[in-house]
Amino acid sequence: MSDASSTAPSQAGATSQSTGSRTLLDKIWDQHLVHAPESGPAIIYIDLHLVHEVTSPQAFEGLRINNRPVRRPERTIATPDHNVPTSDRSLPIADPISRKQIETLRENCKEFGVQLFDIDDVRQGIVHVIGPENGYTQPGMTIVCGDSHTATHGAFGSLAFGIGTSEVEHVLATQTLLQFKPKTFELRVDGELARGVTAKDMILYLIGQIGTAGGTGYVLEFTGDAVRNLTMEERMTVCNMSIEAGARAGMIAPDQTTFDYLRGRPECPADFDAAVEAWKKLPSDPGAAYDRSNVYKGSDIRPQVTWGTNPGQVCSVDSVVPSPGDSTDVNVQKSTASALQYMDLKAGTPITEIEINRVFIGSCTNARIEDLRAAAAVIKGHHCSEKVNAMIVPGSGRVKLQAEEEGLHKIFTDAGFDWREAGCSMCLAMNPDKLAPGERCASTSNRNFEGRQGKGGRTHLVSPAMAAAAAINGHFVDIRDWDYR
Amino acid sequence: MQNFTVHQGVVATLDRANVDTDQIIPKQFLKRIERTGFGQFLFFDWRFLEDGETENPEFELNRINVKGASILLTRQNFGSGSSREHAVWALDDYGFRAVIAPSFADIFFNNCFKNGVLPIALSEEDVEELFQRAEKGNPYQLTVDLENQVITDGQGFERSFEVDESRRHNMLHGLDDIAQTLLHEEKITAFEEARG
Ligand code: SF4
Repeated sequence: MSDASSTAPSQAGATSQSTGSRTLLDKIWDQHLVHAPESGPAIIYIDLHLVHEVTSPQAFEGLRINNRPVRRPERTIATPDHNVPTSDRSLPIADPISRKQIETLRENCKEFGVQLFDIDDVRQGIVHVIGPENGYTQPGMTIVCGDSHTATHGAFGSLAFGIGTSEVEHVLATQTLLQFKPKTFELRVDGELARGVTAKDMILYLIGQIGTAGGTGYVLEFTGDAVRNLTMEERMTVCNMSIEAGARAGMIAPDQTTFDYLRGRPECPADFDAAVEAWKKLPSDPGAAYDRSNVYKGSDIRPQVTWGTNPGQVCSVDSVVPSPGDSTDVNVQKSTASALQYMDLKAGTPITEIEINRVFIGSCTNARIEDLRAAAAVIKGHHCSEKVNAMIVPGSGRVKLQAEEEGLHKIFTDAGFDWREAGCSMCLAMNPDKLAPGERCASTSNRNFEGRQGKGGRTHLVSPAMAAAAAINGHFVDIRDWDYR
Repeated sequence: MQNFTVHQGVVATLDRANVDTDQIIPKQFLKRIERTGFGQFLFFDWRFLEDGETENPEFELNRINVKGASILLTRQNFGSGSSREHAVWALDDYGFRAVIAPSFADIFFNNCFKNGVLPIALSEEDVEELFQRAEKGNPYQLTVDLENQVITDGQGFERSFEVDESRRHNMLHGLDDIAQTLLHEEKITAFEEARG
């Protein structure tokens, strides 16, 4: 894993309009420039602002203190997701501080006229799931949220990135953001993915290749046939984890797959065909130059499993836990050694011999209907291992409803999996869903940091199919050999 | 925002790479709706033992000679992961005014400037040299001069550092971004009208 990164990430690039052949990023940037000073950051217009309960209270408070309104409430939507319980929604939230935070969001939305998808609304869910499924997320838009996985929305060919709470306040007050234009980094994946290899494996593989800081200062654009062949939901999985490679945003040019996904969604433009004509002009021009380009082969990618405490510490399911001595870089040696210690793993252990006792299928990376279908296909006709406690948390109220219409929840519960209400849940364990110290989890989320899923808990990131198979066997298995029933 | 001109202070070291914001401020403390009071939870899971009260004697920030430190010296890709600005609020509330590292994660880097905490990127070699000097100093002090963009220990270490001019200006004067942007409000309105 390389850790090369620029030293002053946000200062790269010019702020002004570009000329000649332009990339997707150039086009969106140009269309949103409100003000480009000689030096310093540009002011860019924000089309869509997503708000959740954890990173917004201090921003609304700032507005109140300075007596400022929300400039464009109709461009702002809010939902509670991080902190919501995923158990029975008719009961009050047990934790008084969580309850307060969610009530604060409710009051702020009311006071400032922002639309809220509350806990009892079928449209409630993880912000990065509900934006796309309701058609708020559209090609060519600028989209921000006080959340680093906002990159998800880039799958539609929008410029979408996470911001801090001060910037949330800035967007609420001005509908703009101060930005230096990022550089572009093309990650091209040619050819096809092998059977059993998913979008999750693709992005984990790419992070393993460029490192967790490899994308710092860049916007990633994913190109190539293996990317083109992905469905919209798979593209969202890929863009979602751009931040795990250090990039604030990841994007995929819009095409027929994008338009087909969006057609008929409630919040899409009334004149959809005219919108499509405009969106067709967005993809990078032939010959447009990226600041950096890497090329990979889809056929090189195998199912991935993280073994360490950052998403770049990843390997194929058919390999072994690495040793600090595998690298000559002392920093890598040190972080490998400390990761192995935290994860309680021995170098040289085959990945398929690692035993797990928890499984989490959910999060903004992998909690959409196709993810649940993939898990169900693996689970059908099998039963969860007795040693494993496995939970499945849909990404939104709508995803939950759809899964139940298709009968997926029956497959899950019959096999001994716990089927829950929508939210972030054990992706970050802010609500009661968490790992106990020493528990080991196969998780479809995006971060395997120390303590992320509960203090002392150990997280291995995998695809939904790999997580489901691990739940059934009590250890990792190579999904390419799975006995589908 | 608090302004930053010249700051002299004790250096605390954190000899780890890729320190993520989940470590800087763990999620159980993100439920507060205020901006203040996060310092007590800074690096919580590393700083305290299992009981959540007793200081972990192994953790670098608990060393006796770095008590009251206001400059954090660390390794590459500091502040990666979650966008939570609470990480900067916690560093600030604990007393840190500047963080020195070979590189920073993008969102964290940006969040620092919004709160008057100065992130300084120096080369790997310079950071290594500072680690060695800090190891010997008891305590080790640095002076960070944003006006002149220089950092010095008064004992032979002196380096200039880079910072974007507009950010430097805002930080020196403690200016609020929103007020600055609203100076261009006519342009925002014109932009909105042009798009219909
Ligand atoms: S699911 Fe996880 S990563 Fe996604 S928004 Fe929620 S907490 Fe963040």
